[in-house]
Amino acid sequence: MSIETRRFVVNRVMGVLSGAAAALVILPLILVFGFLLYQGGTSLNLDFFTHTPKPVGEPGGGMANAIVGTLILIGLACGLGLPVGILGGLYVADSQDAHLPSVVRFLADVLNGVPSIVIGIFAYTLVVLPMRRFSALAGGVALGVIMIPIVLRTTEEIIRLVPASLREAGLALGLPKWKVTVRIVLTTARAGITTGVMVAIARIAGETAPLLFTAFGNRFWHHGLDQPIAALAIQVFAYAISPFDDWHRQAWAGALVLISIVFLVSLVARLATRDLQRQAR
Amino acid sequence: MSEADARRGGGSQAVSLPRAFFIASGRNVWGDRLFQGCLYAVIALFLAIMVGMVGALVVESLPAARRFGLSFVFGLEWDPVQESFGALPFIYGTVVSAAVGMALAVPLGIGAAIYLAEVAPFPVRAPVGFLIELLAAVPSVVYGLWGIFVLAPFLRQWVEPALGSTLGWLPLFKGPPYGVGMLAAGLILSVMTVPFIATVGREVLLAVPNTQREAALALGATSWETTRVAVLPYGRSGLIGAVLLGLGRALGETMAVTMVIGNRPEISASLFAPGYTMASVLANEFTEATSDLYLSALVEIGLLLFVVTVLVNALARLLVWTVGGAVKGIRE
Repeated sequence: MSIETRRFVVNRVMGVLSGAAAALVILPLILVFGFLLYQGGTSLNLDFFTHTPKPVGEPGGGMANAIVGTLILIGLACGLGLPVGILGGLYVADSQDAHLPSVVRFLADVLNGVPSIVIGIFAYTLVVLPMRRFSALAGGVALGVIMIPIVLRTTEEIIRLVPASLREAGLALGLPKWKVTVRIVLTTARAGITTGVMVAIARIAGETAPLLFTAFGNRFWHHGLDQPIAALAIQVFAYAISPFDDWHRQAWAGALVLISIVFLVSLVARLATRDLQRQAR
Repeated sequence: MSEADARRGGGSQAVSLPRAFFIASGRNVWGDRLFQGCLYAVIALFLAIMVGMVGALVVESLPAARRFGLSFVFGLEWDPVQESFGALPFIYGTVVSAAVGMALAVPLGIGAAIYLAEVAPFPVRAPVGFLIELLAAVPSVVYGLWGIFVLAPFLRQWVEPALGSTLGWLPLFKGPPYGVGMLAAGLILSVMTVPFIATVGREVLLAVPNTQREAALALGATSWETTRVAVLPYGRSGLIGAVLLGLGRALGETMAVTMVIGNRPEISASLFAPGYTMASVLANEFTEATSDLYLSALVEIGLLLFVVTVLVNALARLLVWTVGGAVKGIRE
């Protein structure tokens, strides 16, 4: 084989191999979704959305309390994650301080890499140990801490994109700096910040590990935020490792609902980004 | 709100401005100070969370660290009843499952990154990239569910017997096929880390300046040769960073692994055998920890996990940063 043919062949082979790698990466997505839609779709019914779990051994029931629990936990997490993430991002993007902004940025990146179960341990020592019981609040703290770095870093990058001319226009008109920040910078960056928030919510909606020993899960409706609360992800986990076929069925249904929530939120994030891109043009 | 709107908004503010400016210039300073104060308070809270996390892990793990010292890391026995705690089986499980995962995820992820950045026709790039990003958004517990009911039975029935009969002379592939075990955990981890390696790798490759490619092409290189001699060496440290980011995730991954690894604290050379990882022992036993020492031992495992993942991630970020412009890609 001449060297020219060899180079040509190698070129082709490597191109095909890289395409095959991409196809193999996507293959599990198709498999996971296929089973999820098939198994989850056939197991989903109205009861799933309106009933709480039946006692062990009795078929039927649903995960209404877990769906509500997941939403409550997301709300609690936002209570901690949004103010810290958004104001923190604002600070890192805007501050003239010498070292603190880069320290905060670095720590946020570190926090983003910390396994979520370790953050669960932190929430456990911070909330569960002093309160002496598992609670929705502890779960919210764990998820909120997970949100912070995601929201902080996106907010920072979006705020950097706000044209300096807008700021200068506000300042030249004599607006105080804080008003320029709140009324002009934050409003302009709204779409981008929304994206960051949605990405963070999509991430925490499916988190299970940090909730196991904070929110703990609950087979009934919760009574107050200082009590254990059910979450869809915990329920899916508990049912998946259970020995009952009916629970396995419900685990698939729960997983389908869970992933629908995650993708719906991701979709909102994507749409917000598209607005942003249109704006930039 | 578009730029034009913002300008209009600014305009309507301007009407009331002179009054506000003359009456309240003193108050303006206070507003700024208050706002700055809020920002610093939030930053203080954030720093307190970080310090508190490290502090809580260290303080809570002290009893176990004092009692067992280094033998905690090298001890083979995990017996909560006798209060004898050695974490080596978990460390082994974490390392091996992550290694199996990375062995599959690295070639596939880098290959997919090359495809997305260099090979694929332009109309294909965005949708394929989107699908890979979707993979990263699937919650861990969903992968675990799929692993238990689809992957593990498939491995037990088809893959493990086939591997055993052909490569069974290797200690890696000896033993009865359980389905759940190290191999299943490694496969799930590769599925979960590959999207990270592929998307960050793509960002790194896209950050390689086009002049690199043009120079190679001008010398008559084929497109693969261009990738090999001009693009990959330039992006090497960034690609290593992408792999390390994937590794950091593999080491800390909890739910999916817990659901398919079999949860048995033993060290076995065979990939078919069940194992246990640091993250999954936390998931399984934390709520059952009856004594203070037991809890402390678990927290110490958490501390080890924390230190290792922070080191891996810090190194990864450093490497990705060295390829200019790729910083954006490492956020998720």
